Amino acid sequence: MLKKTPLNEAHRKLGAKMVPFAGFEMPVLYRSIIDEHLWVREKAGLFDVSHMGEIEVRGPRALEFVSYITSNDPAKLELFQVQYSTFLKDDGGIIDDLLVYRLENGFLLVVNASNTEKDFSWVMDHRFPDGVTIRNLSDEVGELALQGPLAEEVLQPLTDIDLSKMGYYWAARGKVMGKDALVSRTGYTGEDGFEIYLAPQDTEEVFWKLLESEHVKPAGLGARDTLRLEMGYCLYGNDIDETTNPLEAGLRWIVAFDKGDFIGKEALLRIKEEGIRRKRIGFVTEAPRAIPRQHQKIYQGEAEVGEVTSGTFSPSLKRGIGMGYVPKNMAKRGTRLSVDIRGKKEVAEIVGLPFYKEGTVKKP
Amino acid sequence: MPEYKVPEDLKYTKEHEWAKVEGDIATIGITDYAQSELGDIVYIELPKVDSEVGQMAPIGTIEAVKTVADLYSPLSGKIIEVNEKLSQNPSIVNNDPYGEGWIAKIRISNPDEVENLLSAEDYMKLLEEVA
Repeated sequence: MLKKTPLNEAHRKLGAKMVPFAGFEMPVLYRSIIDEHLWVREKAGLFDVSHMGEIEVRGPRALEFVSYITSNDPAKLELFQVQYSTFLKDDGGIIDDLLVYRLENGFLLVVNASNTEKDFSWVMDHRFPDGVTIRNLSDEVGELALQGPLAEEVLQPLTDIDLSKMGYYWAARGKVMGKDALVSRTGYTGEDGFEIYLAPQDTEEVFWKLLESEHVKPAGLGARDTLRLEMGYCLYGNDIDETTNPLEAGLRWIVAFDKGDFIGKEALLRIKEEGIRRKRIGFVTEAPRAIPRQHQKIYQGEAEVGEVTSGTFSPSLKRGIGMGYVPKNMAKRGTRLSVDIRGKKEVAEIVGLPFYKEGTVKKP
Repeated sequence: MPEYKVPEDLKYTKEHEWAKVEGDIATIGITDYAQSELGDIVYIELPKVDSEVGQMAPIGTIEAVKTVADLYSPLSGKIIEVNEKLSQNPSIVNNDPYGEGWIAKIRISNPDEVENLLSAEDYMKLLEEVA
């Protein structure tokens, strides 16, 4: 039985194509992935991300606990600041990637919908015997993502939060259309924008109100995926999973080796010492019509050297783009490899990420 | 089920191609349901003119943003023309799958094979099952 977000009926009214995703019935597109993608890059797109999981950690030892179970350093967060982080296994494999919000009484961990149950049990299994209270709020929170260069202009008239003062990866509590909300300047598209957490019963009203703006169109999971891939952002289950570690995934910047102990630290220190064997890379295919897809094999000459973890047609660049893992010595920018696209080896060149460099996302 | 166009005068395959048979020439393309399922089409590898093709042989590929599909020939014969406009603007297939979005014309070699294809009514039934 698929779960429904508070916006399920709204999506149907908008004529969305609904698909099962992470146990939820979600809109993959309304009219066209390409149109929705380009609209986000130019104006503002509205995404239902209510499927995301939210785990709250409170109590006197909340900071110490979150520091122990995540790779980044939550002690560096000021009140209402946000950071990107991971949960790691003892061997350094990635259990999930997440956002960590520092709030009044503790932390809010926003995790991937596909991993909510796994993450929550894992967090519970590792909880301290005292000093922390952990709650799974996933069913009690609706979430919208308003993403695009015009997002602030659209959202500001509806909220008492001064968005002009909100920096990238910062949050604030306030009202949106008179409803209690947590708003953060975060996103998964490479454009400026906000993620808005609301009570489930308030989510639909805010959704429709935002859509009244001539600058806003609804955007589905399809565009969300092509937008994040153009930015070289990892998708859990594709580009990172329990068999990949943050060092080879290019996520060294969210591993705080200089803090105290955390799960996975010892393994990562060893991996760092020995050197990583492979690395996540981005590539473009030489023939723009050659579109790489997940699981296709990457070759250097006749030798299979890796696999595509995400691939798509890039609506902004109008060509095939992809990510994958290759041995470290082949991971240099400019290296030419090939990808087996349905039996034909297509030339691909490793390029720097992001693929799309014009994003309006505020730099930290 | 959403409404998909299924013109009465065409024949269909289970792989969601259509064929319009006029004398010994068949014009072929993909159905409204197929284009809708694929979403934005970004590249079509067209069959080669003058190539001989068998019934239900793969003759090309259709790349959409999220997925790719093989194109099968509804009938055996020789490809005599392809819709070159689709090389520049494949989205024509999304907008008009039965008209401007035709893909190829085949001089058919075995008219009896037409009987293997689905009528509009049968294809509608298939859609009710899959869609």
